[in-house]
Order: sequence, then structure tokens, then C-alpha cells
Amino acid sequence: MFINGTLHPLRASMTLKAFLESEGYDLNRIATEMNGQIVPKSAYENTLIEDSTRLEVVSFVGGG
Amino acid sequence: MQTQITLNGKTFETGSRTIQQLISEIQSDSDVIIVNGFNKEASYALADGDNVVLIKRGEMPDESTLESMLMARNTPAVHHKVKQGRVCIAGLGGLGSNVAIMLARTGVGYLKLIDFDIVEPSNLNRQAYHIQHLGLSKSEALKQIIKGINPYTKVESIQTKLTVENALSMIADCEIVCEAFDSSTEKAMLINTLLNENPNVKIVSGSGMAGFSSANTIKTIQKFKNLYICGDMVTEATFENGLMAPRVHICAGHQANMILRLLLNLETV
Repeated sequence: MFINGTLHPLRASMTLKAFLESEGYDLNRIATEMNGQIVPKSAYENTLIEDSTRLEVVSFVGGG
Repeated sequence: MQTQITLNGKTFETGSRTIQQLISEIQSDSDVIIVNGFNKEASYALADGDNVVLIKRGEMPDESTLESMLMARNTPAVHHKVKQGRVCIAGLGGLGSNVAIMLARTGVGYLKLIDFDIVEPSNLNRQAYHIQHLGLSKSEALKQIIKGINPYTKVESIQTKLTVENALSMIADCEIVCEAFDSSTEKAMLINTLLNENPNVKIVSGSGMAGFSSANTIKTIQKFKNLYICGDMVTEATFENGLMAPRVHICAGHQANMILRLLLNLETV
């Protein structure tokens, strides 16, 4: 699968939630697009990552 | 021989060859001469199509004159487009207050200002407020400031907290939202809520502008079709590394420029 344009080996399919957590993302501070569609936070647990998945993740930091 | 010019916002045909002659012709006591957006001497020779603005220093010009002056620095096509623009500024702190002022100066027609907070002294190190605004709501204070810059900008100010429940309806009448919150979780909340529920709204967000490391790391990126992010993406505001005017203003400038580009239908960064 691809994450932010980079090829990423995927040993087995897993939920988006599990994948994001394993990559160290804080689920309260991100927005995610999968295959061109924004994914609501409530759907992270029910969405599966596959070999063909193209994921874009952006993390926000505080200050403004 | 007659020359066709625009004088203080209105078409005007004149036999005068120079500004000096024009001033006599219309019996004006103006002492500030602006032609096509730039200061000129009274000896300037008029040409067809010149946009001339004559004002008396210190006097408030009328609406068409003021509009003409703003237009003169932009091309007419830019001015007409930004005047139709409707932008919501979500958060009126270091980013939002400065973005709102830049957009008002640029001639954006309608600004919706949303923040629950009031102006307090620590804000003054980077936010657009003055001592006279301490204790006022930011939404009200910023409205006053904007009125003192461009009285013809329509400003709606709302003192409230944007939440998952009200965000959609609050921004519904705006085509572009400037995300200018302080909290990273609030940023994520607003952006996720809007991108999920409103396929048309464009968001220009700020992330990473604390401290005084190199200003060259602040940039604008496009992430997802309708999300633009300005900042260095990493420098979080902390106790040791606070928000300071220079980098905050640079980030706000990036946001205001991207919003301007979007209003002109330019979607690349």
C-alpha cells in the first residue's frame, strides 16, 4: 500500500485504526484520505487497509 | 481634445492635459494625487484610461472613491472577484486576526469572524488587537479594526465556540474557511467535520508556526482536494517554544495569499 506517496509493505490486511496507531499517529490530531475519499474518524475501526490502498494522512500541531 | 479618465471611481471626460489643470477644472482642494495606484505629481500628463484619485489628506473618501483606490492597486478583474468572496475565519487569534485584516485590505467582500474568546494582554505579542480592545470579545474587536481599514467590507462577527454540532451550519454561507484555531484536536475536528459533510467548501489551515527558527520552513501545501495547510507542519506551540509575531504573521500571510488565490480560481499552491 501507499502512505503519503511512499510504498509501504503490508504483511496482512488490518483496520485503518490499527494501522494508524501502529504508525504512531494520534487519532485525535489527524485527517485521513483513503483512495481519494476522506474517511470519517468513526469509520477508522471498520475500514480495512489492503495491498492496493492509497492513504494520505495529515497531522496537525497546536498553535495559532 | 478630450481625454477619458476615471476620476474618483466615475468615468470623466476632460480637456485638462495635466493633473494640475484637472484640479483647477473641478475646483478641488485635493492634496493627494494617485494615478493608476501610484502617487503622482501635479505635473503628470493625463492619458486615456487613467484611473485618477484625488483626495484631501485626512478626509474619508466616499464609497466609490475608496473602492476605486482599492481597485487601482489590483487589476479590475481581481477586485471584482474578491469583492464577491465570502470567507469564514474560524478562530481570531494570531493567525485569524491577521488573516482577516489582510483579506479586508485586499477587498474581500464578506468576512464571517468566529471566536468565543476575549482579548487579553498575552494576545498582544502576535494578535492584531490593541490595548483599547482588552476585555472586548475578539469578534467585536476585530470587526471594529476592520471597519477602520475598509468600512465597506461586510463583517459578521459571532462570539461562539465552533463544535461538531454547529460547524456545518456556521460556515454554510461561505465558500472558503480559514482554520485558525490554537488546539490541534480542534483543528482536526473542524477539518474532518467540514471535509466529510461539505464537498464544496475549501479549507486553508495553519499548522506549525511557533518559535523563531528559520522562517524559510513555513510553506503552503495542498493535501486532499479541498484542504490547504500553511506552516512548517511540525513546530508545535509549547511553553518553551511559544508563538511569536514574525513566524505567526508569515504563516497568516501564507493563508491569506492562498485564500486570495482560491478566490481568483487558482487552486494550486
